[in-house]
Amino acid sequence: MSQPDFLIHEDADNVGVMVVEGVTAGQTVVGLNMESQQTVEVRALNDIPLGHKIALIDFSEGDQVIKYAGKIGKIVEAVQKGGHVHVQNCKTNRW
Amino acid sequence: MSNYKTVLGYRRENGRVGVRNHVIILPLDDLSNAAAEKVANNTAGCIALPHHYGRLQFGADLDLHFRTLIGTGSNPNVAAVIVIGIEAGWTQKVVEGIARTGKPVEGYGIAHNGEIKIVAEASRKAKELVQWASELQREPCDIGELWISTKCGESDTTSGLAANPTVGNLIDKLDPLGVTTCFAETSELTGCEEICATRAVTPEIGKKFLDTWQAYMDEVIEPHKTSDLSDSQPTKGNIAGGLTTIEEKAFGNLQKIGKKTQFVDVLEPAEEPSSGKGLYFMDTSSAAAECVTLQAAAGFVVHLFPTGQGNIIGNPIEPVIKLSGNPKTVRTMEEHMDVDVSGILRGEMTLDQAGDALIDMTIRTCNGRLSAAEALKHREFVMTKLYRSA
Repeated sequence: MSQPDFLIHEDADNVGVMVVEGVTAGQTVVGLNMESQQTVEVRALNDIPLGHKIALIDFSEGDQVIKYAGKIGKIVEAVQKGGHVHVQNCKTNRW
Repeated sequence: MSNYKTVLGYRRENGRVGVRNHVIILPLDDLSNAAAEKVANNTAGCIALPHHYGRLQFGADLDLHFRTLIGTGSNPNVAAVIVIGIEAGWTQKVVEGIARTGKPVEGYGIAHNGEIKIVAEASRKAKELVQWASELQREPCDIGELWISTKCGESDTTSGLAANPTVGNLIDKLDPLGVTTCFAETSELTGCEEICATRAVTPEIGKKFLDTWQAYMDEVIEPHKTSDLSDSQPTKGNIAGGLTTIEEKAFGNLQKIGKKTQFVDVLEPAEEPSSGKGLYFMDTSSAAAECVTLQAAAGFVVHLFPTGQGNIIGNPIEPVIKLSGNPKTVRTMEEHMDVDVSGILRGEMTLDQAGDALIDMTIRTCNGRLSAAEALKHREFVMTKLYRSA
């Protein structure tokens, strides 16, 4: 396949990581699940920089964000599929 | 691909293998930095290691100070040492600790001598030691005699995707060959501490790790935090790179120990491994220079440093090898990079290939190639201080 736009670590993950620069809102991006080797298409709802996360599901407040098949934080403001998941809508479960 | 089995190293008096041949001028305390720097300035091939502490420390903090200085001088990358302190007693304690390795070491106390006289005497000795060290020869050594440390820095999400699992691939391949390895960064395993504990060789060692992690939380983080730590862990650089929470950073961090290697013991800061060959966890802060200084003081001779956004750290004792999977970082900070693994993100390089490339660069570096950090003269030497002095 051609280079993926984003990568998903594990099947259980509900976010992917953008691995190309310059993704803009409205763009359809292709992700590679590194565990299953399956690809998935998502329409980005925001500009998402290299290394930043894209939502693979619709998140409501209080939902857990899963990456590496582990809990990496909780959603504090709803995010739709294709949205940019980061410090503006996701917080640590720890300190 | 280089020969996997052999590196060219310096066989020291105690049998350990070093990959550098430093003569160091080691100040006992902050007051002796000036003398140490003068001696190093007078003499070719010496490195002075100025630092900020050594006065009025006590208890566990003083023990760590001595362990770090003695360990630094004892590291097999060091051929010979000159110790300079304000007073003779503590200076002699460091000299005696280093002398147990059998290497040449000489101490000088400034009190009742004055600095100029001490600088003259120590410079004369330093000249003798560098000339002696310059005739030591590298010899073929089994790769299983290497001690390799790792710590990541200025991480981003590409660290967890590419650079950190590349280090993990190297550890999974070299652990069966008998290489001794070390990961650290206690606070930065927060969020995956339970999973990390399952990677211990026995449940007892797993519990020792969890107790160490919990103590860091109880004694360092909880009493001193003024907020949710969101501005420190993750750092602003981590956040710019897409890391959102400490848990996400921790899961990425843990990729450095590979998929199957188990850790055999938990080390105090700067403690030398003594449970045989294998992977060790060391209790350290997650600040890069503090952590690598402690690992070098424990006897590790080469360091693997994966970075996302581009941390530029070096160390005066062990060569620091940088790798990154972030294509923007390897493009904009090319002079700091030793191994480019950004091909993993593009699907052009497998993790297995990246691990082999890192092994190749590790062997070349051990054999004498200067790492980017060495060529750029990065020599960050930072002592860990546990609490205020008396």
